[in-house]
Amino acid sequence: MYDSGKVIAGLVIFVAIATFPFWFGMGKAAPMPKPEILTKGQKCVESKEYMRSTHMQLLNEWRDWALRDGKRLYENERGEKIYISLQNTCMKCHSNKDKFCDKCHEYASIKPYCWDCHYVPKESKKWN
Amino acid sequence: MELKRRQFLKIAGAAGLLGAGAAQGLFEGTAQASRVMHPEGALIGKRWAMVIDMRKCGEKEGCNDCINACNFVHNIPHFDTPKEEIKWIWKDEYEHVFTDISTLDPYVPERIKELPFLVMCNHCDNPPCVRVCPTKATFRRPDGIVAMDYHRCIGCRFCMAACPYGSRNFNWRDPRLGLKGRKLNYEFPTRMRGVVEKCNFCVERLAKGKMPACVEACKEGALTFGDLADPNSEVRKLLSENYALRRKPQLGTKPSVFYIIA
Amino acid sequence: MIEKALQGSSRYWTWIGFLLVIIGAGFISYLYQLKTGLGITGMSRDVSWGVYIAQFTYLVGVAAGAVMLVIPELLHHYHPYRRVVVFGEFLAIAAVTMCLLFIVVDIGQPARLFNVLLHPTPNSILFWDMIVLNGYLLINIIVGYNTLLCDKKGIPVPKWVKFFAYVSIPWAFSIHTVTAFLYCGLPGRHAWLTAIMAPRFLASAFASGPALLIVLLLIVRKVSKYDPGDKVLQTIAKTVCYAMIANIFFVLLEFFTSFYSNIPGHMHGLEYLFFGLHGHDQLVPWMRTAGVLGFLGVFILLVPPLRRQVGLLALACVAIVVSCWIDKGTGLVIGGFVPNPFERITEYHPTIPEISIALAIWAIGFLILTVLYKVAISVREQELS
Repeated sequence: MYDSGKVIAGLVIFVAIATFPFWFGMGKAAPMPKPEILTKGQKCVESKEYMRSTHMQLLNEWRDWALRDGKRLYENERGEKIYISLQNTCMKCHSNKDKFCDKCHEYASIKPYCWDCHYVPKESKKWN
Repeated sequence: MELKRRQFLKIAGAAGLLGAGAAQGLFEGTAQASRVMHPEGALIGKRWAMVIDMRKCGEKEGCNDCINACNFVHNIPHFDTPKEEIKWIWKDEYEHVFTDISTLDPYVPERIKELPFLVMCNHCDNPPCVRVCPTKATFRRPDGIVAMDYHRCIGCRFCMAACPYGSRNFNWRDPRLGLKGRKLNYEFPTRMRGVVEKCNFCVERLAKGKMPACVEACKEGALTFGDLADPNSEVRKLLSENYALRRKPQLGTKPSVFYIIA
Repeated sequence: MIEKALQGSSRYWTWIGFLLVIIGAGFISYLYQLKTGLGITGMSRDVSWGVYIAQFTYLVGVAAGAVMLVIPELLHHYHPYRRVVVFGEFLAIAAVTMCLLFIVVDIGQPARLFNVLLHPTPNSILFWDMIVLNGYLLINIIVGYNTLLCDKKGIPVPKWVKFFAYVSIPWAFSIHTVTAFLYCGLPGRHAWLTAIMAPRFLASAFASGPALLIVLLLIVRKVSKYDPGDKVLQTIAKTVCYAMIANIFFVLLEFFTSFYSNIPGHMHGLEYLFFGLHGHDQLVPWMRTAGVLGFLGVFILLVPPLRRQVGLLALACVAIVVSCWIDKGTGLVIGGFVPNPFERITEYHPTIPEISIALAIWAIGFLILTVLYKVAISVREQELS
């Protein structure tokens, strides 16, 4: 092999950089998020388990139904009719975005663009 | 028909792929679409339209009721630079609104030349903006409203080049910068930077059985909103009794906004 | 083969370094644009496309120009072009890459670019433009790279590569036709609403693309041992000449239809560009310069004794490249937006960050071009020895 020294050194550096996040974060497991629930005793749109795992898909569908199909009333598993709106339905109960939504999103390091447009009154103070 | 083994396999494979795709589409949904409906009391039309009666509009000098109502209801930002302006409904003069018939005709009564013609998205029957949008972010609903899906808009601004009425706005900056200190409508979102926006004929209000904000705000009764497909509607009555103009009719876009001039 | 681009003189590396500096500056401006939004540009509610889309339109032409060498070589068996075609194809690769980059920087939500694929919309011309541009890029990479590889090995070009070369001919026409359709199918934009938009685009493409190629080949001749030969340059120059005459002719046709019909809307765009409208005339000097340069270029190329002098040939080609650049890279896009749908005039001035981003994309194009040409030249030099 030509320039074996350089090639091997290069490979080592590459592997070191590529695996940096792993060994940098070793032994430093972030604590599980504890979203603060303001709505104790109240029922969400669907079951807790369903919302936990599938709220993003549900929101995507809600968006398309309301905005694109113009149908804004949703009947849930329990047969209740719910007005489709992130800002006026979801965030009316979960009015503490920073202590509810953000908790898990930050833990999972995802930045949904919902909040670029939708807001809770309290949050709007930041920019209004 | 003779089908060779290879061909059969090819066709079967393709069909399988298609089927898998369709099945995925079906099961991807977490809930059934059949469980969505129109809320009770929602206003449902076949072809929403607006008639602006210029005999009544402009009665009150400097009246901006409809514009202010829209700006509040939709959290429309205000920027000082005209370059970045966002407007859903605004006023302009006869010669600029009816460019095709006005530029060569100086003999129009002064009174009409000075009227504050209201302009907004025309919610065309044949909307060029919808035709050119590469992502279906702007689309025509079955009730005739040309709507925007801000979640999907990539901000290419092809629709702005296509719109012959200058009705479309682009968010050159974060629109929230233009809402500082303004009273917000907490029921309605803002937009984000990098997407196009325009008048939505108040779809969110129609769903709740309310008239568009501008119509509700006008104390002179100059704005009438209704279903053009319904021969008994208020808008049809106005149009059958009065001679009304539409902007740039020769382009074949068939606007839904009508102007009764005199 | 690509390793040839890693060996070069200090002049070569200085040039690469220079390009990288411009790219770096533009990249910083782009980060600023990503953070703040397109508000950092001079574009407005009325002139909603600017420098970016204008450069895109011009460069589609440069890319399509390569086909003016492919056609004589493949369809008319004009063998002198055999060794030069690859330079045209590499120019096309660089140009299409720049086109795609200009689209990306022009978009308000670049992260959502793939919505165009997720929600394919065949009624949108932009959807087709995406297909033809990416296809053309791929075809040119396949044909250019493989042809050169065969030359290096001294073997004949395989049939399947030839197949793609044939496909590239109609494809080159398609990229510029579809790009013209972006503009000429919009109601209410009178300056663009003309059926000869696509022919005009093609004519200017077949003038400016090969003209730029002549300039590049003259540089190649200066900096390397490879010489494409005077005969080749003269033949390309004739193509440029014919295409530019057609281009000027088409523009004059636009003038006739607009002014003889005397329809105000149709006259406004041309009036604004060439004479000024209601006192707004910032583009007039540009457009008139484009006119003068266009005629100058055609004149030099039309007269054989003038054309045969290398200095004048280069001058004519630069004149035509600049003329077409002003026409399409400035006038066409801005002219379509002035006056606006309310017959009001909003002028457009690109900002410094905007220009810096545009320059960076040009620099990326030239970087790609330099690397590809370096490879091509090394293969040609190897053939000589």
